[in-house]
Amino acid sequence: MGTARKRFGSTFVSATALAVSLVLVAGCGSGDDGGKARTKDGKTVISLGLFGVMGYKETDLLDRYMKENPDVTIETDVAGDEQTYYTALQTHLAAGSGLKDIQGIEIGRAKELVDTQADKFADLGKTPGTDHFLPWKSSQVTTGDGKVIGLGTDIGPMAVCYRKDLFEQAGLPTDRAEVAKLWEGDWAKYVDVGRTFKQGTKNPKVAYMDTSTGLFNAMIYGEDKQFYDEDGKLIYQDNPVVKDAWKLASDAATSGLTAKLRQFQPGWDPGLANGTFATAVCPAWMLAHISEKAGPANKGKWDVAKAPKGANWGGSFLGVMEDSPVKKQAEKLVAWLTAPEQQAYIFEKLGNFPSSKTALDMPAVANGTSPYFSDAPIGQIFGAAAKEIPAKQVLGRKDGTIKDTFSLGLQLIEAQGKSPDAAWKTTDERIQKLTR
Amino acid sequence: MATSIDPRQSRRTILHRLDLGAVPYAFIAPFFLIFGAFGLYPLLYTFWISLHRVELSSLDTMEWRGLANFTELFEDDRFWNALSNTFTIGVLSTVPQLLMALGLAHLLNYRLRGSVFFRVAVLTPYATSVAAAALVFTMLFERDFGMINWVLGFFGVDNLDWESQKWPAQFAISTIVIWRWTGYNALLYLAAMQAIPRDLYEAAAIDGASRWQQFRTVTVPGISATIVFTIVLSTIGATQLFGEPLIFGQGPNGISGGADNQYQTLGLLLYEEGWKNYQMGRASAIAWAMFLILILVFVLQRVLARVLSRTPRPAKAPRRARPSRTS
Repeated sequence: MGTARKRFGSTFVSATALAVSLVLVAGCGSGDDGGKARTKDGKTVISLGLFGVMGYKETDLLDRYMKENPDVTIETDVAGDEQTYYTALQTHLAAGSGLKDIQGIEIGRAKELVDTQADKFADLGKTPGTDHFLPWKSSQVTTGDGKVIGLGTDIGPMAVCYRKDLFEQAGLPTDRAEVAKLWEGDWAKYVDVGRTFKQGTKNPKVAYMDTSTGLFNAMIYGEDKQFYDEDGKLIYQDNPVVKDAWKLASDAATSGLTAKLRQFQPGWDPGLANGTFATAVCPAWMLAHISEKAGPANKGKWDVAKAPKGANWGGSFLGVMEDSPVKKQAEKLVAWLTAPEQQAYIFEKLGNFPSSKTALDMPAVANGTSPYFSDAPIGQIFGAAAKEIPAKQVLGRKDGTIKDTFSLGLQLIEAQGKSPDAAWKTTDERIQKLTR
Repeated sequence: MATSIDPRQSRRTILHRLDLGAVPYAFIAPFFLIFGAFGLYPLLYTFWISLHRVELSSLDTMEWRGLANFTELFEDDRFWNALSNTFTIGVLSTVPQLLMALGLAHLLNYRLRGSVFFRVAVLTPYATSVAAAALVFTMLFERDFGMINWVLGFFGVDNLDWESQKWPAQFAISTIVIWRWTGYNALLYLAAMQAIPRDLYEAAAIDGASRWQQFRTVTVPGISATIVFTIVLSTIGATQLFGEPLIFGQGPNGISGGADNQYQTLGLLLYEEGWKNYQMGRASAIAWAMFLILILVFVLQRVLARVLSRTPRPAKAPRRARPSRTS
């Protein structure tokens, strides 16, 4: 029955073709493992999404936790650049998939997440043993109805990192107490020291500071309000804090005191290593980056001096996702990672400054020194700066993006040679557009 | 007629008819289903979004705006700036790229030792990922410690700030594109060149045509269809340029295409609106504007091709004569 077989054959083929096409289409919809905890070798897997140098991947903390809790395996995914990290996090939050069990939150994004995504995060307010944080730190991730979406990791009290050898060449003092005296109490004095440096230095290729944006950040984050007021209204246009910071930073930019670099971008790292600039305004967490990029060859050439005024730049939180299948275990892990002992340990290893009040008083922190930065007593320096940080910092939804836009605006002056007025106008227009 | 056939027979006829009628559709169904799911549906949904105000963080709340996103876009300096950057970077990268590819293909078309090696070699840049290529070029073009400025230093040129100046930045980005795509186009040209009959070259040589004359009068007209094809491909690629400038700028600068938007392309503007400002409605409007621009380019290309095909070309005659000779 040749014809019958042939007919059967072609029907079979058509049925197969249909089935295959259906499977192809259906295959795109699957891949959803929602609700089920992942296990590996019989252990519960907890995943962490991090950015920058938060200290968990860089130290042995996670290994220690896994040793103490043999039923847990921790997987980390670290993005180098916070902007990239946050963009992905936003996309994952919007899509409701691809999220890790634990996600890092940078302070510039805290308000936006608190305002728009709080329901996707677990409430960590009642997690046992988490009442040791600086009060303003916790308030930054607390919603109006008292839900706490994250636990604090580090804070970013600021100081000035400087190269002793370059200061000496320019005829400036090198002792950190004397250096701090030069600019005590006023950021304008810090810029004035730059003018002295520029006159005194033998090498015209060495700039005084890396970029004017570091100075701008330090100035605005020393006050309680920056871009928004408590009601979430944009006030940057009239806020004297922002205006003064813009004026002084653009002043430094037009006086040729900066190396016209962009922090954390190509050119900045080799600049740290080769000494193309003498100072950088440095929050505590930047010390880890500087010592890593400037390398062992420059050990002892760098030092840390107290900044003119205390300020807080950055700092992060760890949040647990509400839908995580291992929510309880993740909460336990976050509480452990942000506990005073662990914060003090990361400070010892990397210099990230604790956000735990208890940790601040621990001898390991209070007496902490940095061998890389000429044995500077960083525990004292940053601890004193932390005490000068305003008790409350008003955050706004687009803080992170607005800060980036101001950085671009200062670059317009620094690298593009635009006038400060024109650059302000462009920056203002951009912020209006992005907040519209 | 059907009444005289027993039921079993008629069932078979139906099956047979279904077989003849449905099978071809079943075979082509996967393409259309996938196109529907990943091409058409996103396209229409993007248009729907572009008529609203939607934030990435709250995709479920949409506010109707009509065509306001589009009218605002056409009044926005950033859009025209991005369009002109897309055009200039497109020209800066496409023209040298295709000319170099043509020359390279011509060289590869000669009988030379190890030709397979060279053919594979020209294709290797294409196999590199955009990210890797862009990162390496970013380091080469770096201001203080980049290799290009180091070399320029020997000629007394002061360190150029490639990233922050408009034309150097656009030039640098173009080199990434050129580096990646020249070999790919060269292979396309080579394939077309090998289809040109050898006797044409011999005839030209007997007539006393030099290598250059042969290239001009035999090779180029012979592969004109391929040249048009590569121009269309490159134009589409240039309109969608995104990864190279994004990575070249690094961090916030990459997304805004430089502090002064000096190399912001349409793709970057879309990304900035959608994933930095979280305004999906405005981002979708840009996506649709890009789509319309591509359609416009396509129509222009067709018109151009029609106008060109009216003018007589020397290579047409011998190529048309070929089938009759071989058969």
